[in-house]
Amino acid sequence: MSSVSQTGNTSSGMPTDEAMHRNIAQRRQRGRIWQGVLFASTTIGMLVLVILLATIINESFGLIAVQSTVDPATIADRPLEELSKEELIVILEDNLKRRVYQRLEREQPLAERDQAALLEIVRVEVVQEEVVGSWPLNETLFNRAAIEAEVAEEFPRAEIQFRSWINPDFLTNPMSSVPALAGVRTALLGTLWMIGITILFAFPIGVGAAIYLEEYATDTWYNRIIQTNIANLAGVPSIIYGMLGLAIFVRAFEPLTSGTLFGLTDPTTANGRTILSAGLTMGLLILPVIIIAAQESIRAVPNSLRQASYGLGATKWQTIWNHVLPGAMPGILTGTILSVSRAIGETAPLIVVGASTFIVTDPDGPFSKFTALPIQIYNWTARPQDQFRDIAAAAIIVLLIVLLTLNAIAVLLRDYIRKRRSI
Amino acid sequence: MAEQARVSAESQTAAASSTAVSLDFRKRTRIGESVIQGFLFFCGAVSILTTLGIVFVLGEESLLFFLDERVSIVEFLTATSWQPAIEDFGIIPLINATFITSIIAMVVAIPLGLGAAIYLSEYASARIRGILKPVLEILAGIPTVVYGYFAISFMTPVLRGMFGKDTVQIYNSASAGIVIGILILPLIASLSEDALSSVPRALRQASYGLGATRLETAVRVVVPSALSGIIAAFIIGISRAIGETMIVAIAAGAGPKNFDLSQDNLFGYVLNPFVAAETMTGHIARISGGDLSYNSIDYNSIFAIGLMLFIITLLLNILSRYIVRRFREVYE
Repeated sequence: MSSVSQTGNTSSGMPTDEAMHRNIAQRRQRGRIWQGVLFASTTIGMLVLVILLATIINESFGLIAVQSTVDPATIADRPLEELSKEELIVILEDNLKRRVYQRLEREQPLAERDQAALLEIVRVEVVQEEVVGSWPLNETLFNRAAIEAEVAEEFPRAEIQFRSWINPDFLTNPMSSVPALAGVRTALLGTLWMIGITILFAFPIGVGAAIYLEEYATDTWYNRIIQTNIANLAGVPSIIYGMLGLAIFVRAFEPLTSGTLFGLTDPTTANGRTILSAGLTMGLLILPVIIIAAQESIRAVPNSLRQASYGLGATKWQTIWNHVLPGAMPGILTGTILSVSRAIGETAPLIVVGASTFIVTDPDGPFSKFTALPIQIYNWTARPQDQFRDIAAAAIIVLLIVLLTLNAIAVLLRDYIRKRRSI
Repeated sequence: MAEQARVSAESQTAAASSTAVSLDFRKRTRIGESVIQGFLFFCGAVSILTTLGIVFVLGEESLLFFLDERVSIVEFLTATSWQPAIEDFGIIPLINATFITSIIAMVVAIPLGLGAAIYLSEYASARIRGILKPVLEILAGIPTVVYGYFAISFMTPVLRGMFGKDTVQIYNSASAGIVIGILILPLIASLSEDALSSVPRALRQASYGLGATRLETAVRVVVPSALSGIIAAFIIGISRAIGETMIVAIAAGAGPKNFDLSQDNLFGYVLNPFVAAETMTGHIARISGGDLSYNSIDYNSIFAIGLMLFIITLLLNILSRYIVRRFREVYE
């Protein structure tokens, strides 16, 4: 140790008592300081996580100022909520332009709509409520007076409300260009459809490849290439998979991925930018992860099980199907769930494959155009207005809840296996 | 036990039926088995097809790009301006931005990641590990688009507050780089910790026996023994930082930072991390997110950038595996 020899050497080469004690104290001191530094660098992760969640929550709740172009008091003698269905229809007849009224009537006769729907129409079309300002949670809690003063000055007729941007309507509304009315319904459904296709594609092929590599492959050059190749694929940036999907699934396989091959869509408007293309692209992306996880769990199945099965005369496939796979399945499922939760959060490949950003109708099959939750978050984050930031934060909360649920399932599964193995 | 019982029952019935038919014990070819093996081989080959697909797609479209008379490969690799609208195709500004964000990311992630790995492997008690490791796993599982949101709505305002709004632009490489660093921190920590944990206990005990403190043991014995694994972890981290898309697409800027070395200040502008600069990945994402017509030069150009990105990350990944294999200390 160089630090030992640096201080307090006597002519004999051994440090004196006093110098040695000083030296030890110094080294211990240095050890304590560095232990603190190392501990701090470990806890920075926790700190970041807390700040991240706080930032998101801060933006998803807060005050908003709502201003209406027409004062509700001029069109009704009572608050709008208390009006009956018939009274609301009268208001619409009186205040809407003929053309707008007829369009609404054509979409669905007003008399057939319920009170809540009519109220919504009155709010949007007649009163024209508009969110003119929004403030994050920290300002709401600690700076309310200043907000009220600002609103009183800039928007004298505006009303201040507390709004949770994440609410039941946010989950069930489709996309809208007005932040206060926008929701994640179409995005959630798009994500679910896409993930369904991803699993159907990647799970059988991934497990199949893992079985081949672990149970069948001998040490030949092509099997070594497959194995090395899988490791390399796991390191390819996700955006490259997007470009692969764009060139192969969207363009080259367009008749298949747009559904014209099956006569399902109009060939003149055919476009391969569908849920099917996105699902297959994501499938390729998570395939290496599933293969590696499945290989590990297949390897963990004890060899004695296989030998016992062979000894009883089972064929190779019977052994794999009846003994290896059931033993490895919990581990395979855990790995699959984790890789699927990665696919749910991936955004870059979807942008390249061509997810639409503005979809109002629910996706109704693998050949429909789609949007997905992370695409929606990206799109809203990229807009300059504050309120889009707020709904982006709310959409992030939805996404994180979905991921957290999946991960919790994976962890429970892992613990369950551990417990069962240890018995 | 139940499984074993089922196996024996199955094999008994199998035996019974075979005696009834014939007593031929020669090896039979089973077509079903071969079909299954063929299918499984196909599954394994899908990964090869994926790689071939990537190489083919990137190669073909890039070839079309370079064969275009408006593009020259020398200009592509050396020019410092990328403006497809006026047919300037020099990839240097995009690569420059990618390297600035990646270097900032590594400056954040290497010390913190290695520190966390040393703490978790050498110091932490089982109870503390049980708290801190899941936190790192959660960080690793957060989607990158959420980190992008974090960069633009937290990190950028913090940087602008610290260095002044005139110095730090709204979109800048520094904010994106720091957040990418946070993103790859768990990756580096967990890979390095694996390397540290695989160093045999005997080495540590020998070091303690000679009177070394815990820190001296960790820094002078354990870390050098695990160095190949740690460096491999760093390289995988760099590769991940270079390929990261969403954080830079949201926070780093929406236009290439073109420059002219004869006019622009090297440190004030070209290498300045507080200036907006679009990276390779950010550019691909922005161009392909817009209305892109196939067979246009814009469409082909993103594949040329993609090819560059693919080659860089592939080389880094191969290098990291080579280091692990070549320099690994093997203990009996």
